[in-house]
Order: sequence, then structure tokens, then C-alpha cells
Amino acid sequence: MKKMKLVMVGNGMAGVRTLEELLKIAPDLYDITVFGAEPHPNYNRILLSPVLAGEQTLEEIVLNPISWYEENGIKLHLGKKVVDIDRRHRIVRAEDGTEESYDRLLITTGSNPFILPVPGKDLEGVIAYRDIADTNTMIEAATKYKHAVVIGGGLLGLEAANGLMLRGMQVSVVHVAPWLMERQLDETSGGLLRKSLESRGLKFLMGASTQALIGDKGGRVMAVQFKDGTEIPADLVVMAVGIRPNTELAEKIGLHCNRGIVVSDTMQTITDPRIYSVGECAAHRGIAYGLVAPLFEQGKVCATHLAEFGIGRYLGSQTSTKLKVTGIDLFSAGDFMGGEGCEEIVMSDPYGGVYKKLVIKDDQLVGACLYGDTVDGSWYFKLLRDGRKLNDIRDKLMFGESNIGDTGHQGQNKAAAMADSDEVCGCNGVTKGAVCKAIKEKGLFTLEDVRKQTKASASCGSCTGLVEQLLMFTAGGDYSAAPKKKAMCGCTDHSHDEVRQVIRERKLLAIDDVYKAMAWRTPNGCSSCRPAINYYLISTWPKEAKDDPQSRFINERSHANIQRDGTYSVIPRMWGGVTTSDELRRIADAADKYKVPTIKVTGGQRIDLLGVKKEDLVDIWKDIGMPSGHAYAKALRTVKTCVGSEWCRFGTQDSTKLGMDLERAMWRMYAPHKVKFAVSGCPRNCAESGIKDVGIIGVDSGWEMYIAGNGGIKTEVAHFLVKLKTAEEVIEYTGAFCQLYREEGWYLERTVHYVNRVGLDHVKKKILDDAEGRKALWERLQFALDGEPDPWFEFDKAAVDTRQFAPVTAIS
Amino acid sequence: MSDWKTICKVDDIPVLGSRRVARDGHTAVAVFRNSENKVFALLDRCPHKGGPLSQGIVFGESVACPLHNWTIGLDDGCARAPDAGCTQKFTVKLDGDQVQLSLNELKTLALGEPDVPADTPAQAGAA
Repeated sequence: MKKMKLVMVGNGMAGVRTLEELLKIAPDLYDITVFGAEPHPNYNRILLSPVLAGEQTLEEIVLNPISWYEENGIKLHLGKKVVDIDRRHRIVRAEDGTEESYDRLLITTGSNPFILPVPGKDLEGVIAYRDIADTNTMIEAATKYKHAVVIGGGLLGLEAANGLMLRGMQVSVVHVAPWLMERQLDETSGGLLRKSLESRGLKFLMGASTQALIGDKGGRVMAVQFKDGTEIPADLVVMAVGIRPNTELAEKIGLHCNRGIVVSDTMQTITDPRIYSVGECAAHRGIAYGLVAPLFEQGKVCATHLAEFGIGRYLGSQTSTKLKVTGIDLFSAGDFMGGEGCEEIVMSDPYGGVYKKLVIKDDQLVGACLYGDTVDGSWYFKLLRDGRKLNDIRDKLMFGESNIGDTGHQGQNKAAAMADSDEVCGCNGVTKGAVCKAIKEKGLFTLEDVRKQTKASASCGSCTGLVEQLLMFTAGGDYSAAPKKKAMCGCTDHSHDEVRQVIRERKLLAIDDVYKAMAWRTPNGCSSCRPAINYYLISTWPKEAKDDPQSRFINERSHANIQRDGTYSVIPRMWGGVTTSDELRRIADAADKYKVPTIKVTGGQRIDLLGVKKEDLVDIWKDIGMPSGHAYAKALRTVKTCVGSEWCRFGTQDSTKLGMDLERAMWRMYAPHKVKFAVSGCPRNCAESGIKDVGIIGVDSGWEMYIAGNGGIKTEVAHFLVKLKTAEEVIEYTGAFCQLYREEGWYLERTVHYVNRVGLDHVKKKILDDAEGRKALWERLQFALDGEPDPWFEFDKAAVDTRQFAPVTAIS
Repeated sequence: MSDWKTICKVDDIPVLGSRRVARDGHTAVAVFRNSENKVFALLDRCPHKGGPLSQGIVFGESVACPLHNWTIGLDDGCARAPDAGCTQKFTVKLDGDQVQLSLNELKTLALGEPDVPADTPAQAGAA
């Protein structure tokens, strides 16, 4: 079969990324031809500033060398500007007469710099700052001339000014607004930025309006003249006052344009369905994006349609700006200026060069502007995007997500200050150098890319802010554009909430039914979505949906904890951490009999037998004769207690008994993630109730109940929920909270993250304000737990496939 | 004598699950069955840090290692990008409902692998 012809006009980052996506999914569908107006292969435009500053070379910023086009059989016309397209005969024509016919056309002409319409704009030495040619002109000018004037104090202008200064020129920045980067910064942070740049040697003319550029006899610029008549000398003028979508060609051939080439959600032009457009030239739902991440998202969607898969729609992106200006950290998002009806929280330390402003409206974060310390930018952006209510964290908001015991990366919050050998990701042992190398060599642009390639930030996520900073420094510009909803995994576009809702509303009882009902892309999911769906089914429809052991992680399939050498650990349940000499004797005997190499006391007041062979599991459970500790499961793990009023001279309540009662009432409870309780008998809190999913503290007049604490990656102090009088009430409230979490939490979401997501107010409403609802929750939990088997002893009922404990056959 | 050794029946392996074939003194071989009743056999040892693949979650034609969630292709034993590395694969023959492996392969392939993985530095990405 003859291949179809795809012609791409424009050879920039968004367009070439689209081709890469297309080649991945349909490598043989098209003969591809690319026209590029510049004489260069695709390069990283964002990194022109480091080239100008002498930190990188042009070769280093090339993303796709000529050989890439050759290897993929792409015909490349470099330095040929396309001037006309015959849509009727489907022919593209370049300036030099080159013609190519097409079946599908992709227009990726990007954007043009805006040139001020002032007299003298065409003089020699007056340039924009957009491409390699401009950059080379500046580098060359710096060797011959002294005075540079940059018109425009936005990101691009400041980067140009910085680069020229580093190359030895005296640089003045002319800016019409009263402060720098007024679209990203408020007056205070703009002032801080100006001060910092001035101290490096840049000069600024604020509120200055350019009237004309004056030339010398040879036709080269020599001065800039302002509206008030004053002049300053200029041998080089760089215009950096903004960009406009480049729609010249599209308009000429009659495509509908309105601040960009108007495209649909499939990235097709609305005028001609054979013609697609992505990148800075395309206007999607009225927005022409100028940041890399949304453009790559567009490319991905466009590629699926070019590949004739007919799936995927681009629904727009929310963007924040996190900018690198000559080594200064800036972040802004949303409505950072505030105003009518808004409240502001401001932290200002001009001497230390740190300024943070958060804008709040109707108890939600609507804008943020950070200068000097941007490590929490991504957290604020997430709060802003999610529209989360702030009342319960408002007092901590300004201090950031990292102020409460962030571990794993040496307390660093400034990526730039780290050495290459410093560890960024403590979970996966990834250094700063490794992350930067991967970003450079593999051409990564998004957090997801970095996670996939390096594993940095892919486990606990506490270093996400650092990784984002590295992306910014290394790949340049922006990176953070978040899809409006988060898909469960690569097998689907549906979110956790949507899956739960469908399971509930359509009463789905089996995993395959979910896949069918929700059009899963894979036949049986993956190791990430299948355990989640299995949990959603059995938690939504207890006693009806059937548990599928093959959709559970190995620990919940073999009811023991797999260790690094493939052996298992066995942790029997000790109610409330209380044991007897008989139990200890049986544990000791079993340890001897099965040659257990290590016996350890756990943090949850249990005894851990480590290094048990899988073949021995069933026998050791039987010999020990104690209930399963579920130490391997997303379930109630332990109830840690102190000795309480029975023995302790300070004890006010019988914490040990309450702990045992709670544990007996709720053991065998599967949940989205592991669940830990603690009960302390007095405010000295020896059981550490403040960092548990549910922590109870006895006081003289009753019990205080705390929820959603966590002693893990981020130490999170539990929130006070309610004070109760009796132990019975404690059990009911605890059960109700657990059931709420079981019904609403996403799989692998701990209570702390669940409560952070839905807000403490929501939990209070459900548990405290609605007595009937609370009782109903507690009853639903009791119904689910009633008759639940102990998987160590009731194999049939617990669906334990005992075949797994022995090899199927042995070869000698 | 035929080289093909009957290991078990297809139904002895759970759907989307696996069983182990023990090899005296050497790393076991894992036999997998997917949802289309295709049977695969790999050395029971992840190329990353030696995790027992037989204990992983099977999906499509892949298995996720239980230790660090690397995805290993059942058809070729190789890690899916961005991870890299392969484990030994073994030829599977289906005779009716009988699963057969080559005795020769079982007795000669991947015998040098230590049963317990050596302690390796944290992560390839750190190199």
C-alpha cells in the first residue's frame, strides 16, 4: 500500500515532538516531509539564553540532529520558508520554488516577536530575540560594540540583558511598566528582582516609552530616544516586548485565525480537516499557549489523530510560571495581584532576598507569587488547582509543605546550591548530577519524564519540588502544566473517583466488568490499577464482590511480607501489644524450628520473624497459633498502647484495654492504605498518638481523638477531631472515620493525604455533625467485617491459593 | 528419551499467576499463565535486584517484579523502558493441557546465578 504523505511546515519543538509521538505509535503510516525556515535542525529554543550567556553551546541545545531525520526517513528542507499552500491540489510551496504534495498537513509555524512600530526599527543593529540567528548577532555585537539597550523587562528581555552583560556589554533595560515582569510579579517582588539585577551591573529605565531609534550615517542604530525627548546611546537594540502567533501563512491560505490558528480539541484546524496545527501558532479554545508542557500535550493528541486512532482530546492546560532569570528563583501562578475580595498573606525579607505572597479568596488559594525561595511553588500550584479549602492549614500555609519534617534530601530546598553528587531523591538514590544528565541527554521536559527515566521523585515524592527546580535550570523555562484531572494510570483516562462512582452506581462486582464498562485500554490492567480496582470492588460491595488474589500485591496474596532476598517476614497479632509467656514460648519454639535468622521488635509493638521461607509459612503460622498481624496488608496494622491506668502512676485511663478493644473491633479491615492506631493513657502520650491515622489520648475526663497523623515520609501531626466521654464512643467514632476513609480514599492514599484532599471540615461534617450518618458508617464497617476470615487459618474463605507455597515440580 | 519434561497442567497455574519449578541448588524457574491461557517461563530472578518474578502481578504479557515494580516482558524476559536488563527465558511447549519445559534447558541455563542476590549499590540512575 502506498504511504500517505504528511508535510510539516515549521521545524520547532512542538512540531517535532508531534512527529516523535506519531513515529512511536504509527511508524510506517506516512512519508514525512518537514520544512524549516531556519537552517538548523530542531533545537531547544528555551536554552538560547544560556547560549547567549556563554554557559552552553549551540551544539548542546540541538534536540534532533540531522541524523535523526535521516534515521526516521524524514525528508528535511532546511532554510526554506513556505510561502504558499494550494489547499485544493494539496501542494506546499517554498520561497525557492520547492513543492511537496500532502495528504495531511501540520502547521507549526510558532510565533514571531513583536516589533515596536517606531521610526528606526529597521536600522542595522536592531533585532528581536527569538532564534539562533538573533543569538549569534548578539554574540557578535558584543565583541565589537559597547552599549546595548534591551527594550522590554519581561523574562526574555532580562535574559537577553543578562547574557549581553556577561559578554562584556554595558546594558540598559527599558521597560514601559513601573516594575519588571509585571505579568509574573507584583511590585514588591519586581523591585527585589530589579535590585538584585542592578547589583550585578544592569541599568534600568522604568516607565520609559520608546519614541524612536536614531541611526548613524552608515544606517546603524546609535541611540534610543524616549517620549520625553531624552536619549541614551545604543549600538545594539534588542526588542523583547512580546510574541504573537505566526499566522501569516495560515491567514494567506484562508484558515480561520483569531489570535492564532483556530483548532478543535483534536488539534485540527476548524477550516480544513486535513490540516492540523500545534504549538505557539495554534489557538485552542481561545488560548495560544507559550509553554512547553501544554504544547507537548497537544502534540501527543495530534499524533493519535494523525495515526488514525481517533482517540484523545486536548482539553486545555492550567499553567503556572516558574521562571529562571539569571539564577534568581521566581514562581507565580494564578491571580497573584489580589484586589477586591481577596486576602493576602505576605512574608517579606528584603535583606535576605525572599518574598512570598499568597492570595486567598473564599477560603481558597487563587494566586501565589514567590521570589527567592520557590521550593513550595508546586505545592501552592496544586492547592490552587484543586481549589482546596484552606481553613485548617491556613496558619501553616506560608511556611510551605516542607516545614513539617521533610526527609530524604538532607533538608535542601535550593537545587542550585546542591553539588552534583548530592542526593536529590533519597528513596531511589538519585543524585542531582544524574537527574541533570538525564534531562540533558534524553531531552526531558516534564516531571513525569524525569520520574520515568531516573526514578527521582517517583517513590515518596518528597523531592518533587527539587526535581522541578532542576528541570527549570537544566531544560529551561516552564515545565509545569497539569492535566485537569489525574488518570488512575496509563491504562485509562479515568480518575480514581470516576472509577469508584461507576462501581457504586452500576453495581459492578468484577474487575473485568469495570474494564469493559470504562473502556480500559489494556486487557487486564497493570500492577497499579488492578489492585486499586480490586480494593474498590470489595470495599464498595462487601460480601458480594469477590476478592481476586491475583490482583493483589504479593504480600496480600501470601499474607506475609516479602523481603529483599525473596524470603518473608511473619508478624503475629498481639492485641494492643500485650502478650503472654505462652505466646512468647510458641514464637521462640517456632523460630528455632524454622531457623529464623532475625527476630525483631517492631515499632508497632509486635514481634517480627524475618527470613522465613515461603514453603514454611503455612506451618509456622500453625505452630505459632496466633492471629494474622496483617503487617503485610493495606489494612489495620497495629494498635499501639501504653500501659495506662492499670499500672502507670500517671495514667488517667485504661489505654491498654481500649487499645485491645479497638483492635478486636477492627482487625481484618482492608483499607486504601495501611492504618495504624494508638491509645495513650494520659497526655504524656507514650504511645505516640499524635502521628497515627487514629490516635486516642486519655485525659481525666475522657478521651481526645486525633486523626490523620503520619510518622512517615513527612511527619504529620494528627488533627484534633473530638473529645469523647466513653470508650464505646471512641470505638464508634473511630470506626466511622475508618469507614469514611475506606469509602472515599483513593487506593494507596494514607489518611493524611485523604484528609488533606477532602479537608478536615468535610470529615467533621460527616462524623461530628451528622450523628445518624456516623452510626450508619460504623454499621457499614461492622457489616463488612462480620465473619471476615483470618487468612492464616481460613484459607478457603480468605481465597488463599495454597498451591503457591510449594513448587509445582522439582528438578534434581 | 524426550527432552520435554512435563511440569504441570495449565490449570495448575492460576490465571494471571505463576508457579515455581524448583531446581536443586539453583535459582528456580517461574512459569506464568496470562488471561489468554498463554504460558511463559522465565528464570525466577529480576534483572534489577534479583526479586522473585513468580511472586509478581501478571498483566497482558508482562509481570511486575514484587520488589521494585520493574515491568518484565514474559515473552522475552526483558525489562520495559526506561529500565534495562534481561533475565533468562525458557522454551515452553504445550501438549494439550500439559505444560512442558526442556530438560536440557532446565539443567544448563542460568546455573551461575546465585540463589540470593548480592547486595548492589542503590540504583542504576545514580551512576
